[in-house]
Amino acid sequence: MARYDRAITVFSPDGHLFQVEYALEAVRKGNAAVGVRGTDTIVLGVEKKSAAKLQDSRSVRKIVSLDNHIALACAGLKADARVLINRARIECQSHRLTVEDPATVEYITRYIAGLQQKYTQSGGVRPFGLSTLIVGFDPYTGIPALYQTDPSGTFSAWKANATGRNSNSMREFLEKNYKETSGRETTKLAIRALLEVVESGGKNIEVAVMTKEHGLKQLDEAEIDAIVAEIEEEKAAAEAAKKGPPKET
Amino acid sequence: MECVFGLVGNGFAILVADTSAVHSILVHKSNEDKIMVLDSHKLIAASGEPGDRVQFTEFIQKNVALYQFRNGIPLTTAAAANFTRGELATALRKSPYMVNILLAGYDKETGPSLYYIDYIASLHKVDKGAFGYGSYFSLSMMDRHFHSGMSVEEAVDLVDKCIMEIRSRLVVAPPNFVIKIVDKDGAREYAWRESVKETTVS
Repeated sequence: MARYDRAITVFSPDGHLFQVEYALEAVRKGNAAVGVRGTDTIVLGVEKKSAAKLQDSRSVRKIVSLDNHIALACAGLKADARVLINRARIECQSHRLTVEDPATVEYITRYIAGLQQKYTQSGGVRPFGLSTLIVGFDPYTGIPALYQTDPSGTFSAWKANATGRNSNSMREFLEKNYKETSGRETTKLAIRALLEVVESGGKNIEVAVMTKEHGLKQLDEAEIDAIVAEIEEEKAAAEAAKKGPPKET
Repeated sequence: MECVFGLVGNGFAILVADTSAVHSILVHKSNEDKIMVLDSHKLIAASGEPGDRVQFTEFIQKNVALYQFRNGIPLTTAAAANFTRGELATALRKSPYMVNILLAGYDKETGPSLYYIDYIASLHKVDKGAFGYGSYFSLSMMDRHFHSGMSVEEAVDLVDKCIMEIRSRLVVAPPNFVIKIVDKDGAREYAWRESVKETTVS
């Protein structure tokens, strides 16, 4: 009687939904992903596990466009992600067709979270094993937004957040170092957070920057390496500054 | 009474449509844009049942956009035309869309193209095409003056000739026309030909 609550999503005696919690475990094992909201820029960064030599890395895009003004990154089961992303893309166009206006970021987040929740309350299905970071600009006010959803179907807006592997360390870093940024500074903050848990280098991270004018732009390896180099320089300068002054007595 | 026609030139395709929205004897408005921008490099000019015209072309537009998001690259003009024709064909024996379509597009690899799609889902790739009563006049003019590889100036001149024929010979000729063009730089409005300005309430 008591043990079947592990296999399907029904309540356990102490009020847990084990399947949802196991799904969150799956997310914790997924690639690190970070999102940072600036005043005019939003940045998504995802850890890229070293690509197999024969694999065409262009076919493994982890940051995707849902519409011209909305993008998504996720951590967890990538196959589940494909299904959710497809449904979200259809919903974006369906919204445009029905009300002749682009969907807001909040609307799409609510839709995705709603889908994720549905699968925690149906018979014989398992929840989606992924958390998503959804970013975009409000089509009317131009205000940037960053939302996160998780397998339980909850969602909320964030200034900056991380999910996936070592997300706690990244979130701690962001909490300590977050400040209102714009443009390149936002990108640097996101990459710095990601570098806390990922090996340095353009080969190991995928970064995309969204602006109101240009939409989603994926940074190529060279651009990422350039920013990483800047970050390392700043770090070295900060270290030197710390050690420097005491000698001048 | 709706006049829609178009032709392919040197590196571009041009579509012309009248701009009256008519219901029986009443002209609702004379600046109705019947040429929709399907995506960055495609135009779709539609004539027929007003409700079907808008609903169907918007539906095609959103599905073309969805394809682009799903696959990372846009549909070719031929693919979009075949998709449109397929949707018309599927609905034909249930609840047909009464819309005639001219689909013009520019593809990097194959250049400009024009597709004639009528309401019973025929599909033809053509150099020039027309729908409506105006087609009797515009097709004749185009048959006389068209040659392949026309420049934009030559094509617009031919368009103006066709519009002049329609205005002078069609009993209930629409007063205003819109001209749109698609080439390597994208799809955009080219010009209006107005003989009756839409009056505004002061």
